[in-house]
Amino acid sequence: MLKIDGISSHYGGVQALDDISLALEEGEILALIGGNGAGKTTLLNLISGIIRPSQGKIVFKGENIVSFSPERIVKLGIIQVPEGRHLFGPLTVRENLELGAYRRRGKQNKKKISEDFKYILQLFPVLEKRLNQRAETLSGGEQQMLAIGRGLMGKPVLLLLDEPSLGLAPLVVQEIISVIERLRKEGTTILLVEQNARAALRISDRAYVLKTGKIQLQGKASDLLEDGEVKRAYLGQDS
Amino acid sequence: MDFSQQIAQYIVTGLTIGAIYAIVAMGFNIIHNATGIVNFAQCEFISLGGMFMYSLVVLFKVNLIISFFISMAGVALIGALIEIGPIRHARSKEIIVLIFLTIGLSEVLRGTAQEVWGTDNVGVPAFSGENPIHLLGGATIVPQHIWIFAITVLVMLMLHYFFKKTLMGKAMRATAVNRRAAALVGISVNRITLFSFAFSGALGAVAGIIIAPISTTSYDTGIMLGLKGFAAAILGGYGNFAGAILGGVILGLLESLGAGLVSSQYKDAIAFFILLLVLFLKPTGIMGYGEAERV
Ligand SMILES: Nc1ncnc2c1ncn2[C@@H]1O[C@H](COP(=O)(O)OP(=O)(O)O)[C@@H](O)[C@H]1O
Ligand SMILES: [Mg+2]
Repeated sequence: MLKIDGISSHYGGVQALDDISLALEEGEILALIGGNGAGKTTLLNLISGIIRPSQGKIVFKGENIVSFSPERIVKLGIIQVPEGRHLFGPLTVRENLELGAYRRRGKQNKKKISEDFKYILQLFPVLEKRLNQRAETLSGGEQQMLAIGRGLMGKPVLLLLDEPSLGLAPLVVQEIISVIERLRKEGTTILLVEQNARAALRISDRAYVLKTGKIQLQGKASDLLEDGEVKRAYLGQDS
Repeated sequence: MDFSQQIAQYIVTGLTIGAIYAIVAMGFNIIHNATGIVNFAQCEFISLGGMFMYSLVVLFKVNLIISFFISMAGVALIGALIEIGPIRHARSKEIIVLIFLTIGLSEVLRGTAQEVWGTDNVGVPAFSGENPIHLLGGATIVPQHIWIFAITVLVMLMLHYFFKKTLMGKAMRATAVNRRAAALVGISVNRITLFSFAFSGALGAVAGIIIAPISTTSYDTGIMLGLKGFAAAILGGYGNFAGAILGGVILGLLESLGAGLVSSQYKDAIAFFILLLVLFLKPTGIMGYGEAERV
């Protein structure tokens, strides 16, 4: 569905990604794990058209989208839930969700959008009570749920999740993980970026390990969970 | 006229001019929220609105209402062209460079207007006669004052509806808050910017059009009005819509009362004195910055 082919990226003179290639199959969860500064966010922003690569191709359903504008990429159904959430803080929860459906604006989608709205409140019931509150007044966990909800309002064909569990309490992480699993069951293809490698690998089909801009390892998620190097570098000692 | 009558008169005048400042301040805010810049060409939008209106109504004898809308649309178009051309294609996207660019554009527009219309102050007929109406407090008011209030209130209501109820308005607010997040939900930030310039053009034009019958108009009337509208925006809290109204009204009242009670010599100085005071004491203005939190 998505093929990244020989992508390199620079910030000024500093290289962030070095000749990355990866492929994402329809319907799978692909995990991208790696430490801080490995280049995970950079890769997602390249896919979303927020930044441009210095070389390489990004092919989505047979089309090279590497020069597309962010809004054109969103129109294709490639939707990113960014690291740090990037909500519209002073706008209400409801407005944030409505804007999530911006790419589908127009009369013909009205009914579907309001169904999706209900569906998202069912996924994240805490949001229902907060609909008329400013997004910035929510707790961290609620904000992450809203960020994912806003992403889902765009009806993603491919969902890019950038560290959805970052800084959240274990219980909230659990809730978000189970939502991700549910989305997969319902047919959404997901690229899941995480530092929380254990949780990510448990729910993913395959995974890539990124280290200082290069792909270090790749394979079935279940194999990587048992891999000695991954265990040592990303899974910690205790568990 | 006794003292209380005089005060009432100053208040009416102050509210009228304050309404104009509020509209102008809105124009500044809209572009600021979309782009982060201060658009000094806003001043020229006001002059052009007045001069288009003058040309259509006085020179070409076009119907008043039609002239109103053509003038508004004309200036909106000029706003859009400014964005599509120089602003969008500026090599540097630095805020300070773009602000200077708007100052340059302002000069170009004013120079062109001077070539077209000369430097004379010209009159535009009032929308519905000049017969003064006597108010309760003993103040008198010409019908154009009522037009100014009514149109300003209507404009504010429409803006409120637009920004709170329509998807496009919400998209504009969202873009002001976080451009990257706006792009990530599929909002075209370029389109929003273009729209905000056209929108501000229309607002500036409305201000220039409705005040013209009272104060006459010329190729450069917008400078003073524009700078005072800018002061009103700062006073209320730059980028803040409620602040624009509040700032406009306060500034209009202080100016009118100050000119009446102290000395009309200092009328223009009052606005800038207040501007400096705000920048010193509370740079975020009365209501604080708008929703925009640049990231
Ligand atoms: N806007 C930026 N400007 C300059 N360097 C950046 C920028 N964003 C990221 N980098 C650098 O690029 C590298 C990869 O960063 P990032 O993609 O954010 O990694 P990750 O998401 O894996 O933590 C890091 O070395 C980081 O310092
Ligand atoms: Mg990151």
